[in-house]
Amino acid sequence: MSMPIPRWLIGFAGVVYFFLHLPVLVLVVFSFNDSKFSVDWRGFTLQWYQRLLERPDILRGLKASLIVGGAATLISAVFGTLLALALARQRFRGRRMFEGFIYVPIVTPEIVTGISLLLLFALLKIPLGLTTITIAHVAFCISFVVIVVLARLEGMDENLEEAAMILGADEVTTFWKVTVPQLWPGILSGALLAFTMSFDDFVITSFVSGPGSSTLPIVVYGMVRKNVEPSINAISTIILLATAILIYLADRLARAK
Amino acid sequence: MGTMRERALAWLYTRPEARAWALLAPGGFWLIAFFLVPLLVMFAYSLMPRGIYGGVEPGFTLEHYTRFFDPLYLQVLKRTFAWSIACTVICLLLGYPVAYVIARSTRWRTLLLFLVVLPFWTSFLVRTFAMIFLMRDTGLFNSWMMKVGLIQEPLTILYTPFAVMAGLVYGFLPFMILPIYASLEKLDQSLLEAAEVLGARPAARFRQVTLPLSMPGVVAGSLLVFIPALGSFLTSDLLGGAKQVMIGNLVQNQFSSARNWPFGSAASFIVMALVLAAVTWYLRVRDAGVRIVPPK
Repeated sequence: MSMPIPRWLIGFAGVVYFFLHLPVLVLVVFSFNDSKFSVDWRGFTLQWYQRLLERPDILRGLKASLIVGGAATLISAVFGTLLALALARQRFRGRRMFEGFIYVPIVTPEIVTGISLLLLFALLKIPLGLTTITIAHVAFCISFVVIVVLARLEGMDENLEEAAMILGADEVTTFWKVTVPQLWPGILSGALLAFTMSFDDFVITSFVSGPGSSTLPIVVYGMVRKNVEPSINAISTIILLATAILIYLADRLARAK
Repeated sequence: MGTMRERALAWLYTRPEARAWALLAPGGFWLIAFFLVPLLVMFAYSLMPRGIYGGVEPGFTLEHYTRFFDPLYLQVLKRTFAWSIACTVICLLLGYPVAYVIARSTRWRTLLLFLVVLPFWTSFLVRTFAMIFLMRDTGLFNSWMMKVGLIQEPLTILYTPFAVMAGLVYGFLPFMILPIYASLEKLDQSLLEAAEVLGARPAARFRQVTLPLSMPGVVAGSLLVFIPALGSFLTSDLLGGAKQVMIGNLVQNQFSSARNWPFGSAASFIVMALVLAAVTWYLRVRDAGVRIVPPK
């Protein structure tokens, strides 16, 4: 059936796409504008990018984000993969309930997660810093890893593992030589998603970060609140580019055979 | 070591439940200790009297919940609810046609889908800043409008309810489009052909075949927009200023300047309860799936 899509509908969709992409496009374009205050185009410049390098707070924020992101990704990738294996391959009491529980952190508003963790850390008198940020990030990243890895496990052939066992490999060998290699793209893709979530997170981080442990989004938020110099456009463009690359890689891996 | 390992393996073999628990333990511990327990702590805080210097004092009280009947806070609740619903409806009206066009297109489908997924993954903070860049008094919108001569003075857009609504819709629209697309894409074309053969006009075909069959997507999308809108904090904080407070801002405020932790916990718990209620409702509707299609 090849009924053409009505013209007005295409036009309408075009307007929506315009609305969806114009703001970020404008933001990126004006990160190269040679004017501090004007929104007129005054020529191409890279000075706002150079300015970023002169700001120690941004570099510190980037470093903090990379440390937290790296640690949170590693922990949530390992723990998340184990959880996915348990949910997909093992039978135990309360499995259904636990499976549902995995989705709760995803639907919980970030502000609720942030507040509740802040209260816990305050109660236990744990000082806020990179450690508490990492703990919080793992808590919301694990679920995403579990979901991605579970999807991969569902498409996997269990016969290969059985074959390995029949051929005399013990369970550990089978796990490392058969299960992990097959699962690898799923794990990596889950890890990249986790890193992206961690790298992007502002709301939860803002509650569990202490003085001197500001991640990049916290620094950028401070810049946005204070003034509106084009350096924000530049750092935003860099964040956009980094996220786009990570998501592209995650997507490629998730589709890998 | 070898014997240790073998012994451990043998033990796991004889007890399949133990193997499951070994896999579950690290992640399960993390989720319970750093997700579930904090929520319980938050609930406990919301039932305790407020301490003089922040924190709480031992005791039990419901005052933090009854405080929501104060007109000031009732208004914040109502506003949050009304805006979340308005945002959901606007996203539905904007998103459905887009999902429809993507599902019907052939050559451009991959690109069109990619263009919806892209903002999905773009930093929310960056996107919100992009809205500020467009809407502020000296922003691009005002500057262009003045250049064209439509306005003489810059319009105040930022820090109005309009700005917050635009920001919410801009932020959550992809969440609406994707599930609707997913259900439209699965739609059996032969049903539409049958309807056509039987003489149904395009409008009737849409109303009686396409729309009912895409309802699962509409419901899922509405939930995916409604939930984050309900708990949104950044959008109203950056685009709404001090006047357009939503419950997320109220919560945040109790933990920064107001230093009323138990009241903030109560507000936070109300958000969580509303979200869980919405999810439960969704699961009900989804499991009743077939019944969404109106009976003949």
